[in-house]
Amino acid sequence: MRLEGLVRKEFLQILRDPSSIAIAFLLPVVLLLIFGYGVSLDAKHVPVALVVDQPSTDTASFTGAFYHSRYFAPLSLPDMARATEALMQGRVQAIVRLRANFARRLRRPHGAPIQLIVNGVDANSARLIQGYVEGVWIGWLGRQARARGVALRIPVQLDPRVWFNSELRSRNYLVPGLIAVIMTLIGALLTALVMAREWERGTMEALMVTPVAMREVLLGKLIPYFILGMGGMALSVAMAVWLFHVPLRGSLAVLFLCAALFLLAALGMGLLISIIAKNQFVAGQTAIIATFLPAFILSGFVFDIGSMPQAVQGITYLVAARYFVFILQTVFLAGDLWHVIIPNALALIVMAAIFLGLARRHARKRLE
Amino acid sequence: MTGNPAPSSGPIPGSDIVLTFRGVDKTFRAGGRTVRALHGVNLEARSGQVTGLVGPDGAGKTTLMRITAGLLVPDAGAVTVLGLDAAHDSLAVQAALGYMPQRFGLYEDLTVQENLDLYARLQGVPKDERAARYGELTRMTGLGPFTTRFAGHLSGGMKQKLGLACTLIRPPRLLLLDEPTVGVDPLSRRELWTIVYRLVREQGMSVLLSTAYLDEAERCDEVILIHEGEVLGRGPPQRFTAPLAGRTYAVSVPKSLKKRTVHERLADAPGVVDAVIQGEHVRLVMAAHITPDLQRLLPGVRDVSIEPIAPRFEDSFIDTLRGGAGAEGASVDATPAPTGAAPAGSAGHDTVIEVHDLQRRFGDFYAVRNLTFEVHRGEVFGLLGANGAGKSTTFRMLCGLLPPSGGELRVAGADLRTAGADARARIGYMSQKFSLYGNLSVRENLEFFAGAYGLGGRRRRERIAWALSGFDLAPVREAVSSELPLGFQQRLALACALMHEPRILFLDEPTSGIDPVARRGFWRRINALVEQGVTVLVTTHSMEEAEYCDRLMLIAAGEILALGTPSEIKARARAPGHTHPSMEDAFIALIEEHERQRDAAA
Repeated sequence: MRLEGLVRKEFLQILRDPSSIAIAFLLPVVLLLIFGYGVSLDAKHVPVALVVDQPSTDTASFTGAFYHSRYFAPLSLPDMARATEALMQGRVQAIVRLRANFARRLRRPHGAPIQLIVNGVDANSARLIQGYVEGVWIGWLGRQARARGVALRIPVQLDPRVWFNSELRSRNYLVPGLIAVIMTLIGALLTALVMAREWERGTMEALMVTPVAMREVLLGKLIPYFILGMGGMALSVAMAVWLFHVPLRGSLAVLFLCAALFLLAALGMGLLISIIAKNQFVAGQTAIIATFLPAFILSGFVFDIGSMPQAVQGITYLVAARYFVFILQTVFLAGDLWHVIIPNALALIVMAAIFLGLARRHARKRLE
Repeated sequence: MTGNPAPSSGPIPGSDIVLTFRGVDKTFRAGGRTVRALHGVNLEARSGQVTGLVGPDGAGKTTLMRITAGLLVPDAGAVTVLGLDAAHDSLAVQAALGYMPQRFGLYEDLTVQENLDLYARLQGVPKDERAARYGELTRMTGLGPFTTRFAGHLSGGMKQKLGLACTLIRPPRLLLLDEPTVGVDPLSRRELWTIVYRLVREQGMSVLLSTAYLDEAERCDEVILIHEGEVLGRGPPQRFTAPLAGRTYAVSVPKSLKKRTVHERLADAPGVVDAVIQGEHVRLVMAAHITPDLQRLLPGVRDVSIEPIAPRFEDSFIDTLRGGAGAEGASVDATPAPTGAAPAGSAGHDTVIEVHDLQRRFGDFYAVRNLTFEVHRGEVFGLLGANGAGKSTTFRMLCGLLPPSGGELRVAGADLRTAGADARARIGYMSQKFSLYGNLSVRENLEFFAGAYGLGGRRRRERIAWALSGFDLAPVREAVSSELPLGFQQRLALACALMHEPRILFLDEPTSGIDPVARRGFWRRINALVEQGVTVLVTTHSMEEAEYCDRLMLIAAGEILALGTPSEIKARARAPGHTHPSMEDAFIALIEEHERQRDAAA
């Protein structure tokens, strides 16, 4: 009866507090829209300057290849000075220059050089652009060779196949990873905030003097926000599948079971924070630094863990979101791969047990 | 879930003691230093009585309450509540008592009914008993018509009653009320006392109630007087006032002198323990065995009379603190005059502040409406009202911090929202929370405010020296201000507000939380300023403090209830059989009259 009262109260408060609703439902939608539509780690329509010193039919067919590629948005400029200026101003990301001797040297044994200048500030994009330019160039060479009825003589040929995310859409792994971030927000940030609010407004003091046990106070927060978090999860999965067309190759049951485990760990962190931080400002700051940012940066959701320095890789093992992101990306893109899911799920169980256990142990019906 | 937890201790045979403290110590660590909240506290509370825990803010009342409720564990000593050890059996103690914390512990985003439902479930009241219990409680508290209203939308008095109803949802054997009457209007305060007494008389409940209002001590069966963490005295209120019989007097103010002058002279007169202004009289407490002699108290003054009056609880508190000695500690040696102020003689009836039809709306809620008043030079003008009555809103508009929604106002001939810096330099403002930089030292605070008011060079050095000596701050000049006792912080805040010698001084609840001795010292400083022609506007919810004002404006729900001198206002409550109404009586009578008129109009 006491627990029922607490849970009922919490739901009434969630329904009446616009900020809870915003964190639980509005924020996930906004984040998903930003990451689904706005942020893309693929290079598409890269603005590139094309400078042709002496136009000919060969140069025209070469630059034509850029106009036909969906990766580039070419901009023909008359000379290098203009192109450099455009690069400086950020209007183009790269310059492709064909010198005056291009057509002449094309049929010579040593071939014709193409100059490629790439804006290397963003190293990732620079590498991508470099790769795409090479792709355009090889493709063009092949077509040239076929047109003249000779085989292009390249002794070793690469025949790539991409598995799991065959279209190489960054959305396909960003959106599933984002679910971990969203559930961290609901589980840790929202829970820590609402607990701190009870301390701030003096209602916690009144609760503690009732015969209610601390276990019930904690469960009274855990149950409503667990339900809210699973709601956020369902919303995110629905948006991922139906709005962003992310393939879901594994089973929903595995997905939601693992989500439940992760949510318990996140709630445990939120409750633990609220025991230390008794006002909303400190609780919010702590939750963001201790849970949200690691879930964002150290979970492998955007930044590849394998390319982090060893020490940082070690730290990622303490971030619960790391295990969940891996499970999410696997279940969505690869399917129910048990040898991946089981160890990561076990890690989540351990983390949930540690955080919830610590919260239970340190929560006292005392004001100090 | 388990059902209704029965109180786990039966009546203790042969004992009617519900609460004992034996040698209880409690310290807190804040920052790098330890604060002693309770020291060697011994006390008892009897069953079927109202025990009052009386003392100023910071005395240790809340700590004592929380220890009783098992929310804090004492460092030393033993606490027994209803025969149980509060530290070890805290869950059993909590099941047997009801506790209303200072802010009532209500969920403001839940309705009245939802709050009651929550606490009924938490207290394990069976479903079939709830309806009857709700009916009883809402009848008792008058909350019946408001059950669907959000708790956050209730008035202060209503919140207090809902908080009480929630703690009473399962009748506790011991009821703890932590400062239940703070900041609520006097009518709600009186109603709360009526409810508490009904619970004690009709149901035999035991009540421990803490209060900083010394006048409430007289309403308790037993009083525990606590100050700076130590128990100064215990017993029925009469035991405190009895030693003062024959030592309290009222001295009339002759027409030839101002009441402030008379007060100032009496306060420093030999044999006087305490002197306070009370309406048109000065109230005196004499040292034991000294008969007041007007020739000695006010030499050379004629047309003055003195008559004995009944002692009150505050007299005994002051007497205890000052050890029955002379008026040491409260005396103010010539507060330095702000040299820019006009001399008192020219005061006349110059209007310094003019307010006409002032309004302030927040959404469709009127915080202040139809306010019209004037304040004259060299006058102490008081705004008296409960929390949320509109005092601070009015203040902020006068200081130019908040734009009015309607009406006109002029302060020193200008509207401070649009006036230049020179008009602002004429006012000084001391806010409720003192607005000091807590992590700066006393000297650094003074230097900052001197700089903020544009004082430089010699003038700045002079004013800082003036503040340090005139406000007794020199010994603590390098101390971090947040670590000083509240009384020092208040003096520092006043010194900062006076740095630039303003001619109008705004004081927002200046003495809330200050002990009565420090409050007297504060008012003597203010009076000295007023003598020099400074105009003072003060907000307060303390009826007693209102007596210091020359004129008063009583406000409730943003509207003026009455405007006039303290005696004029009290006269409005005079009735046959009630010839000497107090300020509180007057306030209650005026609120009731106002409500009757509104109901009649509706």
